[in-house]
Amino acid sequence: MRIEIPELAVVAMIGATSSGKTSFAKKYFKQTEVLSSDCFRAMICDDETAQDVSQDAFHLLYQTANQRLKYGKLTVIDATNLQQNARKQVITLAKEQNVHSVAIVLDLPEKVLLERNQARPERNFPEHVIKKHCLNLKRSIKYLKREGFRFVYILKSQEDIDNVEIVRTKLWNDKKDEHGALDMIGDIHGCGQELRLLLEKLGYVLQDGCYSHPEGRKVAFLGDFCDRGNENVNVLKIAMSMVKSGNAIAVAGNHDAKLVKYLKGKSVQLTHGLDKTVAELNAESKEFRTEVCEFLDSLVSHYVLDDGKLVIAHAGLKQEYIGRGSGRVREFCLYGETTGEIDEYGLPVRLNWASDYRGRANIIYGHVAQKEVQSLNGTHCIDTGCVFGGKLTAYRYPEREFVSVNALQVYCESVKPLALKQEGRIGDILKINDYQGKLYLQTDLLANILIQENQLAAALEIMSRFAADPHWLIYLPPTMSPCATSNLDDYLEHPLEAFDYYQKKGVKNLVCEQKHMGSRAVIVLCRNADVAKNRFGILDGTRGIIYTRTGRRFFDKSEIEIELLNRLDDVLNQTNFWEDFNTDWVCLDTELMPWSEKAQGLLKNQYAPVGNAGKQALASAVEVLEQVKNRTGQGTELLKQYQEKQYAIMKYSQAYGKYCWKVEKIQDFRIAPFHILAVEKNVFSQEKHCWHMEQIKKYMTGIDEIFIATPYLCVDLHDNASIERAVAWWLDLTSKGGEGMVVKPEYFVAKKDSELLQPAVKCRGKEYLRIIYGAEYLNPEYLARLKKRSLNKKRSLALKEFSLGIEALHRFVKHEPLYKVHECVFGVLAFESEPVDPRL
Amino acid sequence: MLLTISYEGKQTQDLGYLLYKHPDKIQSFALSYGKAWVCYPEVSDEKTTVALLLDLNPIELARGKLGSKEGGLFDYVNDRPYVASSFMSTAISRVFGTAMSGRCDTKQALADSKLKLTACVYLLHDSNNENLAKEMFEPLGYAVKTERMILDERFPEWGNSPYINLEISGFVKLSDLLKHLYVLIPVFDKQKHYYVSEDEIHKLLSHGEGWLAEHPAKDKIVYRYLHQRKSYAHKAIDKLSESDNMQPELEKMQITSEESAKRKSLNQQRLEAVKQAVLDSKASSVIDLGCGECKLTSLLLNEPQIKKITACDVSVRVLEKAVQKLHYDTMPEYRKNKLNFIQGSLIYQDKRFSGYDCACIVEVIEHIELSRLPAFERVVFEFAQPKTVIITTPNREYNINYEFLPQDELRHDDHRFEWTRAEFQAWTKHICEKFNYICDIQEIGESDENLGTPTQMGVFQKCE
Repeated sequence: MRIEIPELAVVAMIGATSSGKTSFAKKYFKQTEVLSSDCFRAMICDDETAQDVSQDAFHLLYQTANQRLKYGKLTVIDATNLQQNARKQVITLAKEQNVHSVAIVLDLPEKVLLERNQARPERNFPEHVIKKHCLNLKRSIKYLKREGFRFVYILKSQEDIDNVEIVRTKLWNDKKDEHGALDMIGDIHGCGQELRLLLEKLGYVLQDGCYSHPEGRKVAFLGDFCDRGNENVNVLKIAMSMVKSGNAIAVAGNHDAKLVKYLKGKSVQLTHGLDKTVAELNAESKEFRTEVCEFLDSLVSHYVLDDGKLVIAHAGLKQEYIGRGSGRVREFCLYGETTGEIDEYGLPVRLNWASDYRGRANIIYGHVAQKEVQSLNGTHCIDTGCVFGGKLTAYRYPEREFVSVNALQVYCESVKPLALKQEGRIGDILKINDYQGKLYLQTDLLANILIQENQLAAALEIMSRFAADPHWLIYLPPTMSPCATSNLDDYLEHPLEAFDYYQKKGVKNLVCEQKHMGSRAVIVLCRNADVAKNRFGILDGTRGIIYTRTGRRFFDKSEIEIELLNRLDDVLNQTNFWEDFNTDWVCLDTELMPWSEKAQGLLKNQYAPVGNAGKQALASAVEVLEQVKNRTGQGTELLKQYQEKQYAIMKYSQAYGKYCWKVEKIQDFRIAPFHILAVEKNVFSQEKHCWHMEQIKKYMTGIDEIFIATPYLCVDLHDNASIERAVAWWLDLTSKGGEGMVVKPEYFVAKKDSELLQPAVKCRGKEYLRIIYGAEYLNPEYLARLKKRSLNKKRSLALKEFSLGIEALHRFVKHEPLYKVHECVFGVLAFESEPVDPRL
Repeated sequence: MLLTISYEGKQTQDLGYLLYKHPDKIQSFALSYGKAWVCYPEVSDEKTTVALLLDLNPIELARGKLGSKEGGLFDYVNDRPYVASSFMSTAISRVFGTAMSGRCDTKQALADSKLKLTACVYLLHDSNNENLAKEMFEPLGYAVKTERMILDERFPEWGNSPYINLEISGFVKLSDLLKHLYVLIPVFDKQKHYYVSEDEIHKLLSHGEGWLAEHPAKDKIVYRYLHQRKSYAHKAIDKLSESDNMQPELEKMQITSEESAKRKSLNQQRLEAVKQAVLDSKASSVIDLGCGECKLTSLLLNEPQIKKITACDVSVRVLEKAVQKLHYDTMPEYRKNKLNFIQGSLIYQDKRFSGYDCACIVEVIEHIELSRLPAFERVVFEFAQPKTVIITTPNREYNINYEFLPQDELRHDDHRFEWTRAEFQAWTKHICEKFNYICDIQEIGESDENLGTPTQMGVFQKCE
């Protein structure tokens, strides 16, 4: 006997004790697919026959079944399932999980069962139990279909049982091997002329009364062929001929379902344009009407296409319904989900399922007419209300483009004016459950970045309390590791170590960029507030932002931010940046000076007081020691030590003082851009650093004194003279009070085989490091200890954060949903909350 | 850091005997975090000065002692090596311990006499509190001189240095002077170099014997010495009062001014008003959004009407404290089942916020950036949609009544805005229109005829 079972289903074994259910399940199903009540009883109390724990055992069994089905795994319930109540639980489970239910009944003669029972002394049941089981089974069999089992198979003898062939069938909605290319068209509603125009625009050719595409593309109709328009029959003819000839696939819409009802002779109200269709159909032959009825009735409610990357359904689909088959799923596909409330136009209020959608598949749907295509979280509603005088829109896949033709007339007045963009970007709000628990992030540069719960919790606090509007945060800069500690006396960091790191990793060409001592500032600038609104979803009328490495607005006073952004815009206009880069927004990575602007608190509360205290206290100590020396001739060494301390604190004060100046007017700021991170169509992580430097010089600096270029030097590691030049340059920079330099591989993203390399390491100057490690850090005893530092943690963080930052930009440029961009940015912040030595 | 003590009089070289330190030698001592030296910059019949010089190893402060796993308590860039702190007290007791006990085997009579002594401390951190030094030392009979510089002469706009050089002089026994310094130097110090433990009380009491109980700033000294650890401070005060039969003045430790008393009572009134509004709304389930230390939550927990309450805050640390404060772990089952803690953010949509009769958002919205307020509004009023929402926030107009508050400043550093009554009203109107609520505005606190009350409260009801 051939038993067909859908790939995803819940299978109930039904049969009296000793009928061989367990052996059957063992023979025909994977061990992990079978949930046996005996096993669950044993699991709880070590005795598989203990009837008194049955209730708990079944509770556990069904919980397990629920989880399995949630993950799309076929599940076999191995229990007697003789009582209607027991079977009802199976049906409920199937409904809950939107899968089909299958009953396999082992209906063996009573005599056989009694004999078998005799032969099993270890679980010998009294005879009357077996007899009762058989009676129950006899009574049940004829009701199984009515109870809700989709497929029922009855095996009446051991021979039957031994000769079973189980065939797992694909679900009707499974078209994963259909890879396209496809053109999705929905909600035609009898707009025949527009349909023909659209098909022609898409390149379809009419041949022998049927449209086909020379490149073999197919149309995917999203349902609602008829009603309201004036060519309902023509539309049906086009669609039917295309589907029949394999030039199209189609799913059903709610109007189609209603038409089927009518054609099958059920009573339906001829409203919402059905009257027009019916009138047209009445002029056709009876055979044609039957053909239409069969066609529409055969339509599946949704398709899963292209290895699960694409889903089509008339009214859309929730993530957990994809690939499932049940009445509930069909209902959703046809009608969507409503709250049960009615809005001011008398229309049902719809639940925004797309807002919760987090699936990997793109979902293309229609059903709700709106002025423009609505895209959210990878779903696109392409019903642009053609029949209401809007347009008929197709979605080209895999090109991911929209192609439309305008309606030639208004065929029907819409009850509710077609909505423009959803007001207030409903559904665009971030949801906490995307950033809780453990997060595994996939980036192009690094796979499987794990973020722990406690890191996420810390990031949530920072993000909520301090960060700017997440719509702006399309990037956060990574932390940067210093070079390994130097072997040279008197130096903690030295460029040779940085060069050595890259040399060992097989990098030949490097770029050294001067490190400006300011504060990291990311700038996002749009050409105007409309761009900010439409591209970024910023509704407060601003056109850009300057934010810190933790996503916080750089300036408390918005006037300063506005003026700096306006001045940058002036520069970009003058240099023709917007046109040359073909964009209306840009994201820049920059250093903003003076340091004292952002670090005011740190300076006033820590750096300056330490300098001040050191200077005074050491002066008093030196005075005392000089008196002692003059009086006793002793203490020369101690005095010398204190004089050295005095010198160190003086150098320390000089060091921080260099990075401070008072900002009285806007021109006192300095901004040094060093990466052009992204524009509308590009993330520039493929470009060399030299390209960035040159473009910045060409388009951004030298015009307005605020925007300054970053001095840099290219190094060839195979050329000793080049290395020496770079070291000399660094010594010169740092001796003049510079912070130091950043050493980067020539390419933005550098790899050795598959290993991602540090995108940059910093090499800080000798004097500068006094403000990091304290005035006296060069004391040989202290320096020896400081040289023992581990970089592994910092370096691993730098890589993860770098990957996440670049990923965030790519996702934004690819128009991925906000929550997908935000998770990367959130990840960077989460890593920054990790307790590492903050001075590294 | 440096301490000098000068003795003026006749045969002042005897200071060497009193201190057990020879005037012609430089002696060094190893301390747990550094080194100390004792030397004499000035020795004559008329005046002898001893110097105690202390040096700390800054790397050990930052990284912990070599080989230890604990790590340091301080930043690399730190004033600890330069500023007199509890490290100095430790050094005094280590180096001048015998002198501090008042014992001098060779010159006991001198040790028991009051001498003309001057002590100079370089430097003390008084946080620009000009009076602190006088408040500490004048009641003990010293003439007090202080000297302060500006923080950084290159940046005069940064203001004055938080440090002073201190000179105190008077007729006093050397042992008393040392004890005074031992106890009072750490009063200036807000960071201690070791953890405060019960042992500290004994040290404080033994060195404060005979003078601390009568010191007018006794509470402050005890409190600051014990580094704001109230429970230890209470114990110390109790012991002190036993010895002089005075009632302990515990209240003063929490309330140092009339202003904060007022604020406390405002806080109380606000909580009462919110509680009343919750009860009036007939709510039985409440979510306290931005619960902080859970004052409102614990108040509502006592109300039989409330069957379920969830305390939510964005900070895990704050929640952990609240869990401790409410003794959640050992709470009786019945109460515990009513109460629930979650970490959540008011600008992320959160299903866990749904299903409550009432949401209380007390003194929270002013901590949200104005640009994020639209997200907050949707999270609460569009998605969570409690039947009742109670929001309180400061009334900015009232701020003029706060003397401590400079004009145009907000009441708290973390406040992103404070609204006038008209602004708050306009906002409630916007909420009601957008999300279909009605709102009743109430005033909380002492009312000013023209400026209203310090706190304003909006009680929103969802329209059916």
